[in-house]
Amino acid sequence: MPLLQDKDKEVVKTRFREELVNPVRLVNFTQALECQFCAETRQLVEEVAALSDKIEVEVYNFAIDKEKVEEYGVDKIPAIAIIGEKDYGVRYYGIPSGYEFSSFIEDIMDVSRREVELLPATREALAGIPEPLHFQVFVTPT
Amino acid sequence: MRLAHKLAIESEHVRADAVEAIEFPHLTVKYNVRGVPRIVINETIHIEGAIPETTLMEQLQEALKPAESES
Repeated sequence: MPLLQDKDKEVVKTRFREELVNPVRLVNFTQALECQFCAETRQLVEEVAALSDKIEVEVYNFAIDKEKVEEYGVDKIPAIAIIGEKDYGVRYYGIPSGYEFSSFIEDIMDVSRREVELLPATREALAGIPEPLHFQVFVTPT
Repeated sequence: MRLAHKLAIESEHVRADAVEAIEFPHLTVKYNVRGVPRIVINETIHIEGAIPETTLMEQLQEALKPAESES
């Protein structure tokens, strides 16, 4: 049974057609056992990717594909890395459903465009911070 | 969540994880997550709630100040 409803698929498909510029890879880390939302997350990734020929999916087994786990710095599952011309460090841990689904779609489009809308002051402040920053944003689907 | 991911796309120094709180209860305990969104930066800086871009950057810069002055 599909996770996305037909009307939502049409909306996202249209936006992808109009706004995706460069190719995007959705790299999904999963495993069959002891992961409550892994199967749904993989299905969601594949349903989203099917809405544009600019999106490709790679699926790796968290327990087996250790090189890829290390390459993408993934430490828990389900995980999705949104990769464009490079790895920008954009990750989703857990299924991006509900409110987070729209964030997921917008992030894919930003990565595809290779640019984001930020205030000039934000860009300036960010450029002035010398140390690496790791954001973990805790969210819920509702 | 969008803002943190935008910052990651903008800067090579930033990486940003969206973490589904219900699926990772051990992390909600570790980081004392009682409401969402809760932003944890470099394990030590905590910012509550959905806040505007300018506020986030102000709070971030303020939180980073002591570390910068020590170095």
